[in-house]
Amino acid sequence: MKYWSVFVVFVMVLSSCSTDDSKGSVSYEAMPTPLPLNIPPVFQENVLGPIIPNNNPQTVEGVALGKKLFFDTILSGDETQSCATCHSPQHAFSDVTPTSAGIDGDFGTRNTMPLFNLAWNYGERFNWDGSDLSIERQAITPVENPIEMHSNWEGVIAKLKDHPEYPELFKKAFGELPISKTLTTKAIAQFERTLISGNSKFDNYLMGEVDLSPQEQNGLNVFMDEARGDCFHCHGSPSNPLWTDNMFHNNGLDAVFTDLGLGTVTGDPSDNGKFKSPSLRNLAYTAPYMHDGRFETLDEVINHYSEGLQNSSTIDPLMKKVSQGGVQLSAQDKADLKAFLLSLSDPSFINNPDFIN
Amino acid sequence: MKKIYPLILLVMLSLSSCAEDLDDNLKAAVTTQFNFTHNWNGLPVTAADFNTVKFANENSDSLSIERLRYVISDLTFTREHGEQLIIEGHHLIDVSEDIGLVYSPELEIPTGLYTNVSFTFGLNNEYNAQNHLDLNSVSFNVPEMLGGGYHYMQMDGKFIAASGEEVGYNYHSIRAVDNPGSNPTFPQDTFFTVDLGAINLENNATFEVKMDISEWYKNPNLWDLNELHTVLMPNSEAQILMRENGQSVFSLGTVTQ
Repeated sequence: MKYWSVFVVFVMVLSSCSTDDSKGSVSYEAMPTPLPLNIPPVFQENVLGPIIPNNNPQTVEGVALGKKLFFDTILSGDETQSCATCHSPQHAFSDVTPTSAGIDGDFGTRNTMPLFNLAWNYGERFNWDGSDLSIERQAITPVENPIEMHSNWEGVIAKLKDHPEYPELFKKAFGELPISKTLTTKAIAQFERTLISGNSKFDNYLMGEVDLSPQEQNGLNVFMDEARGDCFHCHGSPSNPLWTDNMFHNNGLDAVFTDLGLGTVTGDPSDNGKFKSPSLRNLAYTAPYMHDGRFETLDEVINHYSEGLQNSSTIDPLMKKVSQGGVQLSAQDKADLKAFLLSLSDPSFINNPDFIN
Repeated sequence: MKKIYPLILLVMLSLSSCAEDLDDNLKAAVTTQFNFTHNWNGLPVTAADFNTVKFANENSDSLSIERLRYVISDLTFTREHGEQLIIEGHHLIDVSEDIGLVYSPELEIPTGLYTNVSFTFGLNNEYNAQNHLDLNSVSFNVPEMLGGGYHYMQMDGKFIAASGEEVGYNYHSIRAVDNPGSNPTFPQDTFFTVDLGAINLENNATFEVKMDISEWYKNPNLWDLNELHTVLMPNSEAQILMRENGQSVFSLGTVTQ
């Protein structure tokens, strides 16, 4: 009797094989190759893993396509600007001017944000005002913004479809799916997620490979001292080497707001004047500073927190001694704080050949 | 027919055996859920009440809350003879961001009478010294010069100072520390146990844990924000006062099961 059972199973297996074969010849479509992010040791040891959407996994082909798109002027209306025009690799993917000019010469109102470690933005609110809720969505806006690339997606997709290389690159990255805005921004987002910076002098100090100078060490102490800099509540710490809390704060730039920041997005007056805490990595390459690029130097930034705070109804309670203009750092503490901040810059990031066209 | 009798006997024995196990050895396990609610002297408080100077503390300081987040740990169910079932780990509640207001431990709890349900406000010293990636990621750290580890609570807002101006306050609870620097010392533990009381756990249960925020400012220490409003982390005396006031902050609300 039990032989019958074995026989039935055997027949079912054969039948199963036969069914597959009956579909005819199998086409072996090349699948994109998974490409895990290169996570720095200081991140692995200290913070949660990166955010990668299930519907847009990192692949070799997707990243290669995204990189080509990022540096390609085909995305702009008159084909004079690429993403990299404003997000310049040698400036940690930011711009050297307070705000950036679009293809028509018009300037926006916000400083170009640097691009690195974007996959560790856990709240997934991007831009100074948190207006885009994913990297993929962020990549949509500049293409059609009239004061940026001033193009339209319909035209961009048509050009990509007619291009001698892109159709094959899209096919390698996404298979037979037709070229679309969604796939284009997915590819760009994949490339942007690879822009990882975690090899600064301070990272190497955390790994026990180098020492800080006495000046940098005192600067760290100023940064971490609630009675002096108190920078750590918003800008991370050696235990949070992202050097940002990824949150939004009013850091006392203005008594009267000309730009409502997060308040524009949420419609909540208590969010007026709040902007995203930028990471303090790579400050050596990302001047000018603040959401409107008002400060040309790090000294100006430090002076702002020390003596230049402007009171307003939404100023963050973490801003100390507002009535005196700030925390009143000594000249020595200011110089040391600056030295420490510069130790967070990562030359290997701006010179990484994978990130340069 | 003769063959069927042994079969019936076997089935009867099996059923009988199962019944005995359920009664004597195997207790049913149930899920628990803890809902953290917040009030000011009994009036409900949510993030929607933040950012407006609408509260008055016992010292008659008018104040707002802009940020409130705190961590609890080691949720513990204690049986009659002191046997404890501890759910190890921590849970962060961020009222300002509406995150973590519901805590649903994965571990199921056997039914029965428990003489106490409790948790730790903050983190005990050993646990506090460990590296917690989730807390690092939301910048809840305490500087190494203050002993490292994590905040127990971060409550920020503004109050109307005696001068009449609106001033920021930072009521941050951490492990009390003296001699900040490379060799800090710790005068007294400032994490504490919150007892919610006895429970006869019969079914899946939901506990309401209430935080009366006003208690942080009044009992037993009348809190004057004009005196103590910022740079409280390196102030061990302030930390000990916070711990004392924290004893009456939490209470058990409704329990449904």
